[in-house]
Amino acid sequence: MSAYAVEMRNQLVGLFGIVERNVYLTKRYILWDLAFMVWTIANTLTIVFIARSAGLGPAAENTLATKLLIGATIWAFLGIIFEFMTEIVAWERWEGTIEYTFMAPLSRFAHLFGQGAFAVLYGLIRAAILFFAVAAFIGIHAPNANYGAALLLLALASLSFIGVGIMTSVLPLISPEKGAQLGFVCQGLMLVVSGVYYPITVMPEWMQWIAKISPATYALRGDRASIISGTGVAWADVWPLLIIAVFATPVGLLVFKAGERHAKRHGKLKRSG
Amino acid sequence: MSLAPSTSELTARVAPETPAVEVRDLRKTFRRKDRKASRFARKRPWPALADVTFSIARGECVAILGQNGSGKSTLVRLLSTLLINDGGEARIFGHDAFEEASTIRRLVNRVSVEASFFKKMSASENLSYAARFYGMTPRQTRVAIPEILTEVGFPVDRRGEAMENLSRGMQQKVALARALLTSPVLLLLDEPTTGLDPRSKLEVQDFIRKVRAEHDATILLCTHDMAEAETLADRIGLLDRGRLLFLEPVEDVKRRFGVDTLEEAFFAATGREYVADEGEGDDEDDEYREVFA
Repeated sequence: MSAYAVEMRNQLVGLFGIVERNVYLTKRYILWDLAFMVWTIANTLTIVFIARSAGLGPAAENTLATKLLIGATIWAFLGIIFEFMTEIVAWERWEGTIEYTFMAPLSRFAHLFGQGAFAVLYGLIRAAILFFAVAAFIGIHAPNANYGAALLLLALASLSFIGVGIMTSVLPLISPEKGAQLGFVCQGLMLVVSGVYYPITVMPEWMQWIAKISPATYALRGDRASIISGTGVAWADVWPLLIIAVFATPVGLLVFKAGERHAKRHGKLKRSG
Repeated sequence: MSLAPSTSELTARVAPETPAVEVRDLRKTFRRKDRKASRFARKRPWPALADVTFSIARGECVAILGQNGSGKSTLVRLLSTLLINDGGEARIFGHDAFEEASTIRRLVNRVSVEASFFKKMSASENLSYAARFYGMTPRQTRVAIPEILTEVGFPVDRRGEAMENLSRGMQQKVALARALLTSPVLLLLDEPTTGLDPRSKLEVQDFIRKVRAEHDATILLCTHDMAEAETLADRIGLLDRGRLLFLEPVEDVKRRFGVDTLEEAFFAATGREYVADEGEGDDEDDEYREVFA
């Protein structure tokens, strides 16, 4: 094997190691995760019940409830991705392992993408449980739903979400005390401009411009169309997501590397805050 | 146990006379507020390492002695690519520690004062996690982990227990196993026996001797324990307030100052008593790190 092939193999094994570690930790904290899942379902119900109070006919009420449920599900999915990405630094710093990870010969791409890959897998499982649990509880009917297309579009949008998540994961390196919370601020800002519970046309024009560069806009639009109307994956949603992903991941890596350099220059890598 | 091929290839390309570690005029300065200063006072530069120069030959074991805050951990962090220098240079097997960080990371591993593991994960899971970063697959670690744990004297049947249930001495043995699992050619030991009970301390020291005898590893041991340094190292250096005062065989140190003990040598070199503050989990860099909101 050439040196390049050996290096590629080592990086893939390292990426697998990050996913494997998250599997171990998820198993250890599974009861906490179940409690968090109950909270997420309860929180989503508070939003979806709004459809019942809108005084609409049964069909319109079902459509509104489905739209709200998709918004809440994507909010929860994005929450998981941002949580895992900001934890990549915050958790290892809390456990004290961060220096061992950062002095290992693992490229930052493999390191961060491994975390992102697990976050997407875990987030998709949780999103599916959340969607079907709430749909069953409220009695939402989606007879035309094309779940395959909805899942595919969400997976595609996840590439961009990982890129944005990488940018936010640097925050605990810059501020060990408050950095992790800032990740949730980014999540909220992204969703507020993306039409999480409303069409983006109700927002001021300048917010609609920002919505165009948010991957969540296309994920929400495409998933609503797939689940409510049963449409397939639309190219109009795919190409913006591809373009955003192509930019978001390298920019995220550059931002992270700048943060890492800052932390190494000022001795902030290990500090527990 | 043999060196991983990637590691041996990296060192084989370097001329045999090249030192394992070559440090020249290495400087690192942190900024911190004076403890008595007001909340809005400006941070001042605080030199953690000042123009440190030394070299370590291949296969040598060198101990750097120093009190808390002397710059030992800063030196180890600079050599393990966890800090960026403010001046000077450091080479490891001929590779620049700051420009060729990815190469250095294959050559170096470290054991620090804190064992530093995922507490809910088992010893075996923690070692697997660390080994993956060095390209070791599950098939390889299934064999290598029990072997290395046996070598460090860790009861293999306890490898599935969560780290939080293991004693401090046991955890430090797993830390040694983690460092050796990746076959480093330079082993950085930063207070590896601090906080251990006397028996665990002796076991770890015996293991360090064994590593020297059986593995092609160069060791830099940073410690405040003078007896430990004297028994384990070929040469002893004294780091005081960021300055390396000397680095010589212990007998030369005693002869130079006309004294019988290293404590007396410290007094002769600095004019101060040697106070070894042994605190579990102490990290001297915390003295320097910035406070920021």
